Amino acid sequence: MRWTLKSWTSATWAVALLVTLLAAPAPALAKTEIQFWHAMTGVLGERVGEIAAKFNTSQSEYEVKAIYKGDYTTTLNAAIAAYRAKQPPHVVQVFEVGTQTMLSSGAVYPVFQLMKDNGIAIDWNDLFGPVKSYYSTGGNLYSMAFNSSTPILYYNKDLFKKAGLADKAPGTWAEVEAAAKKVVASGGKCGFSSAWPSWALMENMHAWHDQPFADHSNGYDGLASTLRINGAFGVKMMELLARGSKEGWYVYNGRGPKGEANMSAGECGVFISSSAYIAGLTRASEGKFIWSTGSLPRMDGFPQGNSVIGGATLWVMKGAKAEEYKGVAQFFKYLASTENQAWWAGVTGYLPISNAAVKTLESSGHFAKNPNQLTAITQMRSGKTTPNSQGIRLGNFVSVRDAIEEQMENIFGGKKTAKQGLDDAVAKSNDILKDFAALYK
Amino acid sequence: MKRAVFRNRWLPYLLVAPQVAITLVFFFWPAFDSLRLSLYRSSPFGDKLIWVGLANFEKLFGDPAYLRSAVSTFIFSFFVTFVGMGMALLLAALANAKIRGLGVYRTLLLWPYGIAPAVAGIIWLFIFHPSYGILPYALSFVTNYQFNWFLKGWVAMVLITAAAIWKQFGYNLAFYLAGLQAIPESVLEAANVDGAGPVRRFFAMTFPLLSPVTFFLFTLNMTFAFFETFGLVHSVTQGGPGDATAILVYKAWKDGFEGLQLGLSAAQSVVLMLVVILLTAFQFRYAEKRVVY
Repeated sequence: MRWTLKSWTSATWAVALLVTLLAAPAPALAKTEIQFWHAMTGVLGERVGEIAAKFNTSQSEYEVKAIYKGDYTTTLNAAIAAYRAKQPPHVVQVFEVGTQTMLSSGAVYPVFQLMKDNGIAIDWNDLFGPVKSYYSTGGNLYSMAFNSSTPILYYNKDLFKKAGLADKAPGTWAEVEAAAKKVVASGGKCGFSSAWPSWALMENMHAWHDQPFADHSNGYDGLASTLRINGAFGVKMMELLARGSKEGWYVYNGRGPKGEANMSAGECGVFISSSAYIAGLTRASEGKFIWSTGSLPRMDGFPQGNSVIGGATLWVMKGAKAEEYKGVAQFFKYLASTENQAWWAGVTGYLPISNAAVKTLESSGHFAKNPNQLTAITQMRSGKTTPNSQGIRLGNFVSVRDAIEEQMENIFGGKKTAKQGLDDAVAKSNDILKDFAALYK
Repeated sequence: MKRAVFRNRWLPYLLVAPQVAITLVFFFWPAFDSLRLSLYRSSPFGDKLIWVGLANFEKLFGDPAYLRSAVSTFIFSFFVTFVGMGMALLLAALANAKIRGLGVYRTLLLWPYGIAPAVAGIIWLFIFHPSYGILPYALSFVTNYQFNWFLKGWVAMVLITAAAIWKQFGYNLAFYLAGLQAIPESVLEAANVDGAGPVRRFFAMTFPLLSPVTFFLFTLNMTFAFFETFGLVHSVTQGGPGDATAILVYKAWKDGFEGLQLGLSAAQSVVLMLVVILLTAFQFRYAEKRVVY
């Protein structure tokens, strides 16, 4: 090789780079780094980055690195792989259906314990009721409540007007059906639809009508082993929607948040999705159509329960140093502050996790300006928390939800009757629960 | 063929060592780990590992959902392989003719192969999505038929089969074109002189002479349909509606990485591994011996 000026230049650069790389982790000034793996994209992802940055500038000892790892499933898998390789992140965001998996894993440092060990007092009693009941075990919080939402009803005011309907959210399923039919009759493509089929239409509808979802108080008094969704209520609910699908006023639009595409395009009259969809719908509808929200619809003849929450919490993984845990505790304290909670709920549409934060938002006039953000809170305050509506906690809930949604598709597609589909969903789910229980007996 | 001679008797081993190391680390190790894991019931975080013997396999073969998945995989693979290869052969024969602008046609036909399965899936999703797809929208002007593969299992199956065929089309075509060009013109001319028409010439001469290519493509397409269509299914149907499009490889992933039932998923991987071994063995035994060159 001939040494030219050019190769000398690149060699110099290479040496310079090497020196920089070696010098980079200057240990004397290093802050204690805290790895925080999350699953939030888009606007929500930006907000997570924002709150981590704010925490980092608020003190000088710790540096929280908020890292997006993919969707909830991918993030959980990444944390599992890292834990198995003995390099877990300090904090990982896990969706609500992963709660039992995390509790049973033996891989987590309970949050209430973490706070106690680090001498940080948090008024757990001030936690917003439904959030507390969903995530507490024996009165203690094992993970840090972070982003919680609950399904609410959305309706497109423009389509309602076109269909000659009053500007009012339908309060019962009979009203939803009537409104949806009118929207379709006036040329609408989608009378009623929803996102998160199992969460919105099965899990929440059972809780909202005080109907059991699984045995052992939905898994709160011990590991659930049997699903109860093939009872009179579940069958009635599915029969209604199967008929709607056949008659054309209910449009099934896929699992997860996929159905939101239709609502965002202004095609659906009535829609059910997470309260956190407010942010997305606001952006999508701007200058195109107007909409409003209401409480979940009621089915006549069944008692009042409450809606349950969804979303995710922050889990602390075992295996880090005490010094690092101290930083995690500080970070959680920062997150839980009334000021930050009010900010977080205000910019995302998630529920504020403490009553104090709700009050702050109320007194600042936030809800007067954003009445839709109050809908979920009003709905949950109007409900009654019972063993059927405190939450649902199942082993391998991800697979159970999947088994339910599979059969919902079979029912809506006319492949199976409501009863047959639900029986099959229960049989498959019970098998999944049995497998989970066999691991932890 | 000239034999390469190495002066140092260790040098050849040293030269193949990296390849052997890669194979061991990335193929054999995971394979054996799957084999081992398939005999256990394992907790997601790996803290519990319970020996269950062959219970995972028993559960698998007793599960109607797994058998349904196997059946839909075979239907899927059958159509992807045979329809895909048939169409590729037809178009290759046409593209092999002496026509103007041949290079452009060939390039265009090869194009889809350059697309990753997941990307292909997204493209198809945008065309066929029941609510925002361009095709159902266009259809809505002429017919009342609801092109809703969100609820109709067989429509979803047709959709991913077509997408897989399209995706693999360029590959099949490239090999058939090469195969066609390797057939000596004199052979076909001789047949022509003997009075064979174009159809007869194709079935009596061209097709048998292409049999090595056909055989090779058969194995490759089966492997493609069995394994590489994961990205397509994942981005388009996610196995639904119901479990209509949950082909074996998708189910193995879903049970393992969504359901976190690692033992059960490993057992499914082992079954899939056996399928690959069989396909490969089949390829080596028959492709090498029975096929006319």
